[in-house]
Amino acid sequence: MSVMEEVSLARPEIKSRKTFSQQMRDFPWWGVVLVLGITLAFVAMLQSEQYRAALQFIVNPDNTTEIAAGILIKTGVRVTLLVTVVSYVIALVLGLILGIMRVSGNPILFHLSTLYVEVMRGVPMLVLILWIGFVVVPGLRDATNGAFELSRVQGGIAGLALGYAAYLAEVYRAGIESIHKGQMEAARSLGMSYVQAMRHVILPQAIRRVVPPLANDFVAMLKDSALVSVVAVPEILQSARLYVSRTFRAFEGYNSAALLYLILTLLFVFLVRYIEGRWRVDA
Amino acid sequence: MPEPIIKTVDLHKHFGQVQALRGVDLEVMPAQVAVIIGPSGSGKSTLLRCINHLEKPTHGHVYIDGVDLEDKKTKINAVRAEIGMVFQLFNLFPHLTARQNITLAQQVVRKRRDAEREQIARDLLARVGIPEKADVYPGQLSGGQQQRVAIARALAMNPKIMLFDEPTSALDPEMIKEVLDVMLDLAKTGMTMVCVTHEMGFARAAANRIIFMDEGLVIEDTTPEELYRNPRHERTKLFLSKILQH
Repeated sequence: MSVMEEVSLARPEIKSRKTFSQQMRDFPWWGVVLVLGITLAFVAMLQSEQYRAALQFIVNPDNTTEIAAGILIKTGVRVTLLVTVVSYVIALVLGLILGIMRVSGNPILFHLSTLYVEVMRGVPMLVLILWIGFVVVPGLRDATNGAFELSRVQGGIAGLALGYAAYLAEVYRAGIESIHKGQMEAARSLGMSYVQAMRHVILPQAIRRVVPPLANDFVAMLKDSALVSVVAVPEILQSARLYVSRTFRAFEGYNSAALLYLILTLLFVFLVRYIEGRWRVDA
Repeated sequence: MPEPIIKTVDLHKHFGQVQALRGVDLEVMPAQVAVIIGPSGSGKSTLLRCINHLEKPTHGHVYIDGVDLEDKKTKINAVRAEIGMVFQLFNLFPHLTARQNITLAQQVVRKRRDAEREQIARDLLARVGIPEKADVYPGQLSGGQQQRVAIARALAMNPKIMLFDEPTSALDPEMIKEVLDVMLDLAKTGMTMVCVTHEMGFARAAANRIIFMDEGLVIEDTTPEELYRNPRHERTKLFLSKILQH
């Protein structure tokens, strides 16, 4: 008889199970409460004549269509989304360029981008938007004898985009710096130039890594878009302020604005969570 | 008399206060397989990295095929394309499949056509023994497999020189052999190789030259047999006794 008995590697499979409290912890109760709360608040508000008027005014001051049709296609919500999306796209591109400059070995590129980032981050967004709206835009108009004049919306978009570009630049820079230096060395050792290595090896990995924080900044920007109300861009907050100043119904006006912002940000927060989940799986 | 394919002259490299290299003169002939050994911090990796200019020497010169890397007119990317390098931590591109890792530099540096570079990638993956892993991402490969892809990636450029920087140090013991086998085969093809490694079995089987470094200097430069039989310096003896003990 053999002393060496064959050891079977087969074992009964043990499934790991979550405890009840773990399951309770992982379920998005907060989301349920939030969605229920918003729905209840919305339904309650629609019962009230004053709230209906306030909501109507914010989403569609022209009073020509119903509230449901007014959302997304008329002013207020539409302008908020327009300002946010356009500013964000500009900031994404400008931020990427600045972020690449921030990690560059070229002293001119590095110091120019660092100067930009520090100045923009050192000025409150509100001040930046006011400054562009009331100093830069009129200044440009006068300097060009009226040939070049940005609209209020364009001025607001410029302020948000230029300010956020500085923040996004730092996100990109952190992403690029988080890539192990062995990646650049491997690419260069194959004969790639710095630019080729950046484009084909570093940036694809870095950008993948910063998709969640970039998406997060979209939500932050959605909220900060309320700041452009100070240069009279007719977005949600500005419409609400206009409504309040006409009717003196601050309660209805600002509650409606807050609710609309909350609905919009939540929609995108859930989207961001979905994106984060998808991108977290590192290849 | 053939010219050395790698030549360093009075090479110094300082990192702040640390003097990693303190005057290294080295000549490597075509088709030579040189193994560099030495205690950690002796400057072996730094020397290797100076040869393809990943580190810029503080003083001295590196000549590849007679071309001075310190000369401002030297096109460093073109020189590097002729020098393959294999890293301790593989440094595969994690966002690309094994095949794409091998074809990327062929495309952007060598400007090879699609069909040609795909064919080369297939051939090389077969040569390193993992043809079935072409479309797998590095994260799904074992350490040994990753290192073999890394070797294939370097070979795809048809380099004249291959540098190995402790290619098996990060591997589990059972994977070391599969990588050393690939290196051994490569040595037989007449590739010029400079390997920083403590795999003495590989040194004995493949190297026609072994270089012992300590404190930024070349202490001994001889054949593997000679080094084992008759180490001339105390420091070499001490080092060998430490790594050959078990």
